[in-house]
Amino acid sequence: MSTLGFREAFEALVPDAAAPAWLGDLRREAFQHFEAAGFPTRRQEAWRYTNVSAIAETTFELGSDAGEDASVTRAVNGAAFGETAATLVFVDGRFAPDLSRTLPEVATSLSVSWAGGSTGRPGPLGELVDPKLHPFAALNTAFLCDAARIEVPQNVTLEKPIHLIFVATPGARRVHHPRILVGARASSRATVVADFVSASPEVSFCNAVTEIEVGPGANLDFVLCQRETSPTFHVSNLAARVDRDARLATHTLCLGGNLVRNDLQVRLVAEGAECRMNGLYLGTDRERIDNYTEVCHEAPHGTSAELYKGILAGSSHGVFRGRVIVAPDAQKTDARQQNPNLLLGAGAEVNSRPQLEIRADDVKCSHGSTVGRLDEEAIFYLRSRGVGTEHARTMLGQAFAAEIVDAVPDQGLRDALLALITARLWTTGEAS
Amino acid sequence: MSESDATIERLTREEYRYGFVTDIEQDTVPPGLSEEVVRLISAKKKEPEWLLEWRLKAYARFCELLADEADPTWAMVDYPKINYQDIIYYSAPKSIKELGSLDEVDPELLSTYKKLGISLEEQKRISGVKVAVDAVFDSVSVATTYKDELEKQGILFCSFSEAVHKYPDLVKRYLGSVVPYSDNFFACLNSAVFTDGSFAYIPKGVRCPMELSTYFRINAAGTGQFERTLIVAEEGAYVSYLEGCTAPMRDENQLHAAVVELVALDDAEIKYSTVQNWYPGDKDGKGGIYNFVTKRGACRGKRSKISWTQVETGSAITWKYPSCLLLGEGSIGEFYSVALTNNYQQADTGTKMIHIGKNTRSTIISKGIAAGHGQQSYRGLVRMGPKAHGARNYSQCDSLLLGDRCGAHTFPYLEVKNDSATVEHEATTSKIGEDQLFYCRQRGLSEEDAISMIVNGFCKEVLRELPMEFAVEAQNLLGISLEGSVG
Repeated sequence: MSTLGFREAFEALVPDAAAPAWLGDLRREAFQHFEAAGFPTRRQEAWRYTNVSAIAETTFELGSDAGEDASVTRAVNGAAFGETAATLVFVDGRFAPDLSRTLPEVATSLSVSWAGGSTGRPGPLGELVDPKLHPFAALNTAFLCDAARIEVPQNVTLEKPIHLIFVATPGARRVHHPRILVGARASSRATVVADFVSASPEVSFCNAVTEIEVGPGANLDFVLCQRETSPTFHVSNLAARVDRDARLATHTLCLGGNLVRNDLQVRLVAEGAECRMNGLYLGTDRERIDNYTEVCHEAPHGTSAELYKGILAGSSHGVFRGRVIVAPDAQKTDARQQNPNLLLGAGAEVNSRPQLEIRADDVKCSHGSTVGRLDEEAIFYLRSRGVGTEHARTMLGQAFAAEIVDAVPDQGLRDALLALITARLWTTGEAS
Repeated sequence: MSESDATIERLTREEYRYGFVTDIEQDTVPPGLSEEVVRLISAKKKEPEWLLEWRLKAYARFCELLADEADPTWAMVDYPKINYQDIIYYSAPKSIKELGSLDEVDPELLSTYKKLGISLEEQKRISGVKVAVDAVFDSVSVATTYKDELEKQGILFCSFSEAVHKYPDLVKRYLGSVVPYSDNFFACLNSAVFTDGSFAYIPKGVRCPMELSTYFRINAAGTGQFERTLIVAEEGAYVSYLEGCTAPMRDENQLHAAVVELVALDDAEIKYSTVQNWYPGDKDGKGGIYNFVTKRGACRGKRSKISWTQVETGSAITWKYPSCLLLGEGSIGEFYSVALTNNYQQADTGTKMIHIGKNTRSTIISKGIAAGHGQQSYRGLVRMGPKAHGARNYSQCDSLLLGDRCGAHTFPYLEVKNDSATVEHEATTSKIGEDQLFYCRQRGLSEEDAISMIVNGFCKEVLRELPMEFAVEAQNLLGISLEGSVG
């Protein structure tokens, strides 16, 4: 597998005129890491069940954001859900001011702050995701030309969510490298929704990286909603650092894509930190969805609760690997992890690997994982009440997914997601 | 130091009871691994040509793997690279010759086994139950008891070397059929240099009237032990097989790389129990056995059943995954395990349940206990193949931590390719509850007894699967080093 296809594009990328000097060094270094590591292979334990050769063998093209595009606008409008504190749209990884509504000082983009003269390197950029360990994150950094930047100031509560939308311009084999930086300062509270949508039904590749810092006592909900069209390759790396008595909740929704891989790493670095990780993956046809999560309890009195649910129809393939690591000093840790899976298709496949690595003794840790299909008796019950088989299956699938959707913080977003899920369950019901 | 800390200290310092060395004249080959050594072992055992060829194929493959540095590194165990040229691959007591009866066995050997609590005298029955024992001392089997009585029913139970001569057809048919010589690094090494082991064959419809048992003993210094066990249960047969092992206390690490193959045909059942108590090394982690074992059973027949029960208390490092291939329709695989790591012991153990046939079922119950600096991992695979309609699995893995410097890890792999299969896995990790301890203590139990009681309760689901006479031994073994959680 070759990294050559990206070399040319890397050299051709013209940086923003206002971009600071450190960016060039950061990008070059990252590209070296990417070239040195190459694409991961199935021989690597972390990629055991997911083959990325389809990505490696395709030559992707960076979109050039040629201004106004009707299908992009349509996709962006389609993703809207009720009232937001700010909406930032990134087309081909670059900020699109015409489609966006910023919240100065809080929700803005790197390019906007550069244009405003502030050229310092922002907080968590490059600090949480190690490009040496993640070739895709290295690739993202190599093509870094803009980023969504959220800074919630100390003691500030944002009532409405901040909506980030990432989309590529239509075209064959488009690639974009969205980057998200979130800093929730001490005792602040906010909800951030990162929405990945498609503007066209063509093959594309979205390679996102998110870095999140949650300050002492802060409370952050982060929704990662991946609802691109079927031929999309989507790779996402999210890393977060949660400080003393702070809480981070992530909601990962994988609702479409040919090949989806989400890496999520949360470090609980100080006492009393809390983390919730919810996830839902919905596969149909021959889609492959791979979720890799890791929570590191590095300090005492930490709590983590993880619930990832999978519904796999058709010949789709779902992979879950969840690691819970408890460091020797992280006493009184309470860690729970659940991964229930529902198989709806005869060719569907699930690989589940919940893992506990525990080096402290005074802890409570548990994990569970199940794979099964819809309860025949429940279907029978519904049928006896006059509900058709297909409808019954959809209802039960919806009920299974609801637990995850219900935890999503915004009502408008919840409704939109539920509609999406229901539509998908209906189509799979008809197919099977 | 609190009272319970003191209790742990005292308990975990208990000496290894089987650490003595038998002073007996040994016939050993010089250390080192080469084609010569493989040929020499084969010649010493007067083996037929086909077996030598098989060994040589395995040796060639092993050399390739060694050159590729393909020794497994994925397990969560840490040890310096083994130099395979430093190991003695064959060592046998000199006095071994064709024996007419048990009376001719070297009295030194008999007393060794007596000291280990294993009686080779047929008239003496352990706990009033008859157990046929095959005693393997370093590289060779020294005695097998109750052979005649078993033969009357057509049951063949003897050392592996004897089986190669007496029942070559059976050995040829089944050897390597479950664990091929090229299966993995250590199985490959074993296939090249295995010296002895046990062989059992239960004919059609026969229910073996007594427990069959093999007692493995490493005695000589610098040797590795490489034994091979093969058990075949024909249609409708039943056998319960036990295995025990001990070794002297030495500062060096000795390698034990065994292979066990089980074959169960239609309606047959094999119950395989192990109490593994190889020398675990001293309290600073010096010495001890590296126990790198490949065990696998094939449920080939319809409704056949293989059940693995293991109590792993010994060895410096354990690397062991007794597995079941569930091929036959409705076949059943079971795995019950208690693993204990104390001081600097490391264990990476678990099972593989490969569901291939329809309506196959498997149960996994694994209990891990880590104390001192012990590191404990459960690593298990449950695979539901595309044709495993209606297959079911239930796994439960619990870990108990005693002390703040130990670790317990769980690595289950669930791979499901059939939508009608049901898989359930759950795992927990915790320490002994203070309230549980307090409850026992206020009922007048000493701290030590209370801990012992709680730990035994923790392991009960597994221990009750052991044959009675083994369950007692296992409980005692656990008692030595288990108790002592900081409440």
